[in-house]
Amino acid sequence: MYEYSDFDEAFVRNRVAQFRDQVARRLDGSLTEDEFRPLRLMNGLYLQLHAYMLRVAIPYGTLSSNQMRALADVAERFDRGYGHFTTRQNIQFNWIKLTDTPDILERLAEDGLHAIQTSGNCIRNVTTDAFAGAAADEIEDPRPYAELIRQWSSDHAEFQFLPRKFKIAITGSPDDRAAIRAHDVGLQLIRRHGETGFRVLVGGGLGRTPMLAPELRDFLPKADLLPYLEAILAAYNLIGRRDNKYKARIKITVFETGIEPFRDLVEQEFARIKPQFSGADQALLAEITPHFALPDLVSKDPAPYAATLAADPLFAAWAKHSVTDHKATDHAVVTISVKTPGEEPGDVSADQMRTVADLADLYGYGELRISHMQNIVLPHVARADLPALHAALIKVGLAAANIGLISDMIACPGMDYCALATARSIPLAQEIAQHFETLGLVEEIGPLPLKISGCINACGHHHLGAIGILGLDRAGAENYQITLGGSEGPEASIGEKMGPGFAYDAVVPAIERLVRAYLAQRLSADETFLAALHRLGREPFRLALYGEAQDAA
Amino acid sequence: MSRSFVPKVVSANDLRAGHVVYFSAAEDWVRDIAEAEVLTDEAEAQLRLLTAMGHKTVAVGVYLVDVTPGPQGPVPVALREQFRAKGPSIRPTKEAAAKEAAHV
Repeated sequence: MYEYSDFDEAFVRNRVAQFRDQVARRLDGSLTEDEFRPLRLMNGLYLQLHAYMLRVAIPYGTLSSNQMRALADVAERFDRGYGHFTTRQNIQFNWIKLTDTPDILERLAEDGLHAIQTSGNCIRNVTTDAFAGAAADEIEDPRPYAELIRQWSSDHAEFQFLPRKFKIAITGSPDDRAAIRAHDVGLQLIRRHGETGFRVLVGGGLGRTPMLAPELRDFLPKADLLPYLEAILAAYNLIGRRDNKYKARIKITVFETGIEPFRDLVEQEFARIKPQFSGADQALLAEITPHFALPDLVSKDPAPYAATLAADPLFAAWAKHSVTDHKATDHAVVTISVKTPGEEPGDVSADQMRTVADLADLYGYGELRISHMQNIVLPHVARADLPALHAALIKVGLAAANIGLISDMIACPGMDYCALATARSIPLAQEIAQHFETLGLVEEIGPLPLKISGCINACGHHHLGAIGILGLDRAGAENYQITLGGSEGPEASIGEKMGPGFAYDAVVPAIERLVRAYLAQRLSADETFLAALHRLGREPFRLALYGEAQDAA
Repeated sequence: MSRSFVPKVVSANDLRAGHVVYFSAAEDWVRDIAEAEVLTDEAEAQLRLLTAMGHKTVAVGVYLVDVTPGPQGPVPVALREQFRAKGPSIRPTKEAAAKEAAHV
């Protein structure tokens, strides 16, 4: 786990003190709202529909058990007893008072947490694979690079006023679990001729103009990471559009410029910038890397795991979805579902946070991760301890066996919280999950990524859902468009809109018709929804949604 | 003939706590939209907006909301404003649940 240096500690504490003073000046009228807004946004504080929302950074999704307890503390003392994990591996507190915020930031700083650069037109939290440092298929742990980028980009004078926000994701595995093609910059650790480096993608993003990032460099030596990123940012800072907020992301810059001319510009900047890097970045990386070493794993005989697997069907069902292979064969990576059907997806109560932190101490070397799928991961658990872990999770309602299934939905906060939303997402997600749970179909349907956004900004990643749902406001009523065929990972694709939208109450039946059409026409239980869609085409699903009568629609 | 004026209330968020507030006839900021002053004349609405915007250390993001006057007070026209007035449809607080029950 990365431990703050004295510099980090002083930097975060100074920022808290600055913000305390800024809040005081806003309250006594010395700062107007126009002057104050950029200052509060720099510290992750938004004003939403019903309250202030504080977005706290969870750098590359990695938390210690004590940091999780700090989040529980904030949820309990300053919010309504819960927090919401986001698709960028952060946490949002929905019921924050401006007057409490300096104390909250102070509390977070005690455990090495902050809300810096979780908003604004700067480089945001670098996200990564939630299985980083543990997954069996990993080439290298991407987190030391993510931490290097965090340190380089924090308060970087040149990149505090970019045309728009800037999101970087890194994966260390060929099986991309960080949605790198949907980011402004996506980095993938690859090996070539015995050397490890980065494949660099640029200009991906969702929102109103979804685009998958094209390749900018097929192989970047590791030592060139920061100068090359700086070159990309410098090129974007120069030619990125500032005239129109909706055309200001780098995906539009790359699209309008063309990838070849954009690459030329980046290479030109790179040639200028590279000599300025004297090697201090590599020295820093060498200091950072040991922080992310695998804990000293305690070897245990996995026999109890195999025995429980054979004897307990409930455990077996959970293990099937929640347990992933670890680098060490007697250990496993465990994904704890925060999507218990009927509960708010991504929401975790203070009590649950504390329990999970305790379980991380008991069984997981004190380490936790937040996934971009809004679930919690224990990256290192001895297989022998899995039955006990499962039993403990059942007690706090976190043992749903649905990772990757239809009820493991991504949903944005939607109209219930968000000032930008045009429709609700959370209650719809709850209804869909509950509906398929009641039908008893969740397991039978198999892997089916379903994602819901409550507005065109697509925080719920609906473009990447095999089934995507986009909530809009049509003449004063919620209306939901359905897209099909989106996917993440190395073969990422953007879903296509099927036709006219559905009223709130018509969405669950529409999804059921889609699912039943799939179940009726799949070749076998091994053919996933997405595979069936690719084989059958859209027509059978369009018919399921709209029927014959609506051909012209 | 000019278009008829859509009645309005002045709304904002409480600067300190962030919750939704409405401007009353007594120039107080109130939580319940039923207690908001309904403005039926354009000039009057603009004037009240300016007055309310003067409360810089109390309210943030002051603006006019279209409403339809009703027996239980004004009802916002836009969906978003209906959510602002009622609060989230999930995780109701005890107070919100009691209020909802009282209206039924």
